[in-house]
Amino acid sequence: MRRYKHLADVEKIMWIPTQIRNIGIVAHVDHGKTTLTDSLVAASGIISYDLAGEQLFTDYLEIEQQRGITVQTAAVSLAHTLEGKEYLINLLDTPGHVDFSGDVTRALRAIDGVVVVVDAVEGVMPQTETVLRQALHERARPVLFINKVDRLIDELKLTPEGMQARFIRLITKFNQLIKRYARPEDADKWQVKVEEGSVAFGSAKEKWALSVPQMKKKNISFKDIITAYQSGTQAELAKKSPLFEVVLDMVIRHLPNPKQAQASRMPVIWKGDLESELGKSMVAADPKGKVCMVITDIIVDEQAGVISTGRIFSGVLEKGKTVRLVSANQEARVQQVSVYMGPDRVPVEKIPAGNIAAIIGMKEAYVGETLIEAGVEGRGFEELRYISEPVVTVAVEPKNFQELPKLVNALKRISREDPNIKIKINEETGEYLVSGMGEVHLEIVEYKLKEAGLEVKTSEPIVVYREALTGKAGPIEGKSPNKHNRFMVAVEPLEPDVIKAIEEGKVTDKQERKERANVLRELGWETHAARNIVSIIGPNIMTDVSKGVQYMREVQDYVIEAFKEVVEEGPTMREPMRGLKVLIVDATLHEDSVHRGPAQIIPAVRRPIQAGILLANPTVLEPLLKLEVRVPQEFMGGATKVIQGRRGRILSMESEEDIAIIKASLPVANSFGLAAELRSETEGRAIWGTEFEKFEQLPRELQEQVIRNTRKRKGLKLEPPKPDEFMEK
Amino acid sequence: MLVFIGLGLHGEGISLGGLREAQGADAIYAEFYTSLIPGVDAKRLEQKIGKPIKIVGREVVEGNPEEILEAARKGKVAFLVPGDPMVATTHIDLRLRAAKAGIATKIIHGASIASAAAGLAGLQSYKFGPSATVPFPDNPSARPYEILVENRGRGLHTSLLLDIRTEEGRAMTANEAIEIMAGLEKKLQKNAFTPDTLAVVVARAGSEDAMVRADCIEKLANLDFGSPPHVLIVPGKLHFVEAEALRVFAGAPRDVVG
Repeated sequence: MRRYKHLADVEKIMWIPTQIRNIGIVAHVDHGKTTLTDSLVAASGIISYDLAGEQLFTDYLEIEQQRGITVQTAAVSLAHTLEGKEYLINLLDTPGHVDFSGDVTRALRAIDGVVVVVDAVEGVMPQTETVLRQALHERARPVLFINKVDRLIDELKLTPEGMQARFIRLITKFNQLIKRYARPEDADKWQVKVEEGSVAFGSAKEKWALSVPQMKKKNISFKDIITAYQSGTQAELAKKSPLFEVVLDMVIRHLPNPKQAQASRMPVIWKGDLESELGKSMVAADPKGKVCMVITDIIVDEQAGVISTGRIFSGVLEKGKTVRLVSANQEARVQQVSVYMGPDRVPVEKIPAGNIAAIIGMKEAYVGETLIEAGVEGRGFEELRYISEPVVTVAVEPKNFQELPKLVNALKRISREDPNIKIKINEETGEYLVSGMGEVHLEIVEYKLKEAGLEVKTSEPIVVYREALTGKAGPIEGKSPNKHNRFMVAVEPLEPDVIKAIEEGKVTDKQERKERANVLRELGWETHAARNIVSIIGPNIMTDVSKGVQYMREVQDYVIEAFKEVVEEGPTMREPMRGLKVLIVDATLHEDSVHRGPAQIIPAVRRPIQAGILLANPTVLEPLLKLEVRVPQEFMGGATKVIQGRRGRILSMESEEDIAIIKASLPVANSFGLAAELRSETEGRAIWGTEFEKFEQLPRELQEQVIRNTRKRKGLKLEPPKPDEFMEK
Repeated sequence: MLVFIGLGLHGEGISLGGLREAQGADAIYAEFYTSLIPGVDAKRLEQKIGKPIKIVGREVVEGNPEEILEAARKGKVAFLVPGDPMVATTHIDLRLRAAKAGIATKIIHGASIASAAAGLAGLQSYKFGPSATVPFPDNPSARPYEILVENRGRGLHTSLLLDIRTEEGRAMTANEAIEIMAGLEKKLQKNAFTPDTLAVVVARAGSEDAMVRADCIEKLANLDFGSPPHVLIVPGKLHFVEAEALRVFAGAPRDVVG
């Protein structure tokens, strides 16, 4: 019954923006984010307070519990009282493992502030830096929670002075990162300060936390903490200064409410007209305005169907309302709206601007979609950018062949829920290829398939390479099979600055033409080429520099399709292209459209691009990981041996007390099984984190073998094709 | 030697000359993807010619005709094509390839829908402007409508051929074509294809159960013309003999053709 009382609280406060906070908890893997979440949820009366820490409330999937890491974003609404006022805290739990970076980015769109959890012993790790950078980019304000302080006492036996010194070092590092990554106008204002209470520390597991103002208020010193641990009375600490109170007080005091946040975030995260009626209502988080909501997460539930979670920026989301899906450009009716309470969604009548909501049964939506009330003009949110790209693939097949249709459905569902999972069929071998951001990410997919009752066989993980070109070629002639349509096509490497602009979301396929042309011109493109972009797929661009070709518009879709086919499967070994620029120099098209259908136009465009790439000194790129290892000095040799044995490049070695910090760059191809080897070489004393770094040219001497292996695996003849196989005779 | 032989418009549309050429060939190929011929049957053709026929698809003719050319280099090859061989736009490429390879070529003509439809409707062939094909909606084009507008502006008749995809077993009916053209009219609004515009539908030209019907579009849209192939003609300015022919042979009501 307690839940319903709680629901009534939620329904009341969600109309008072000053009493709402939308926050996320972000961290490096294993720094204790989920444990912190559980304690907070427990305090709000949904699960038992004593169980928290063991229950791992937000980790729904069994696998998450087995692994002890969170894999999927879930939302929860908490109520908290501060100085006699009730607050509603909408909390989005985000995965900490680097393999799920896309989920983190998406969740950040919906929240205004983050609690960054850092392990007191491990300090700021690569993933801490990444999530903080992502948060600052989305203009979500950070506060800091230093977790696992018990380890400083139990394992490192630090003195009160030692503890303080360690905190100061950690906070200084953290503030440096804010300075580096925050927008200039925020950089100083957003520095966290111990004396103001925007930093807290404690133990999420033992459910206590402190901040400097709280220590003063409750008269607790560093020495008291150490004494509590030495005498085994840390439970007293949890009673005297409970975790939820300190952390939630910090959230309410230092993170912005939706009204404040939307006023400053809208210009950054929404590219529409701020002076329009909808724009004004979003800046003001006005429930009286028209509905605008962005979907940040989709889960397909066996019973409920499609569940779309997101943030309402304007208006009131109500059952029965019709909304327009901006990117899909279609309308849909809202069948049911719910608020989150742990893993449950509780249906409510309506939810106003500034809150997190779930819509049930909207089949048309996908992650990143903007919903605007039907009949209202307005732009969608900028396309969400993903920091990482899929770099590892496994081939999946059912053990029982008759289950193939079931497997296909399950895979489709999974890729819908997680846009960073890409599914493809290998036409030659009939295998289903599942690509993700790393080994762990794919193991999760495998687990989800098992959960869906499917017995599957999976291959060893396979690296996803990229094909690229280093020279120019063309114009090359391409003719349609009926020989009545002709294209002249040139290819060249896309400028690194333009690739960067695409990856930063400054140049996109859906962008307004003029705006995009201006960006490209600033990057050195000619006006004609900059204006006539035909398609942008991944870090690849096709532009039409021909003049006055009749019927070009009528065949445009097929031209794009041809480009897409090459970009997805390059000519050398059918791996995706990276940095391909295609120029359509000229074309002659048959005047009767039946003689220039897709079967004619697609090969006429695809073939000269393929030939061009093969003539333009093609090469292979491989994904590299950024690796950071912390290891006691005496095991440093073992760790470096592991890295160097795997074609790794050591970038720096620093020491912090008796810990060596090794930063290195490691090919994904050589990263499989790294965990086991590193563990055994350092007797389990190494702590490390990896993260996607970049694509880099595969050493020439390895290219031939990689090309042949990849082609063999795909059922192709071993020798890559020659340019003239794609050229007119 | 490569001989292109037109099969005309129905099962027995091959000419006597064509039949003789085929009987004298060392190898016979046929394609049936560029058009539909009602009642054509490869088995009966084989019996009539007395030799086996190899049916080839678009991939062979357009993509890999080496086999055909190789046979033509060694001996005489007959290539059977529905209608008149060179009316199917694509075959000029095969003839050019043969010429480049030093192979002699020859064409034995057959009846073509281009002349047959006009003839059945009683419209004079020299009064036709350029023709166009109405494509299926998944490959849309405004071109047939633009051609119609140009022709009508000059008082010329327009033949609208209808899309066919034998590979997918699809052939457009006149009713579908009328709907597509009406859609283009609505979009481009040049008054060239309105409900009261006179049009002629010719169904299964050349076969025993050919059907010709002239009326305003509004009426034609609701008629059933039987199985394809169909052709849609939109007449321009009518000569009085043409008007009479439409009344007598195509059942055109007096208030529509005058």
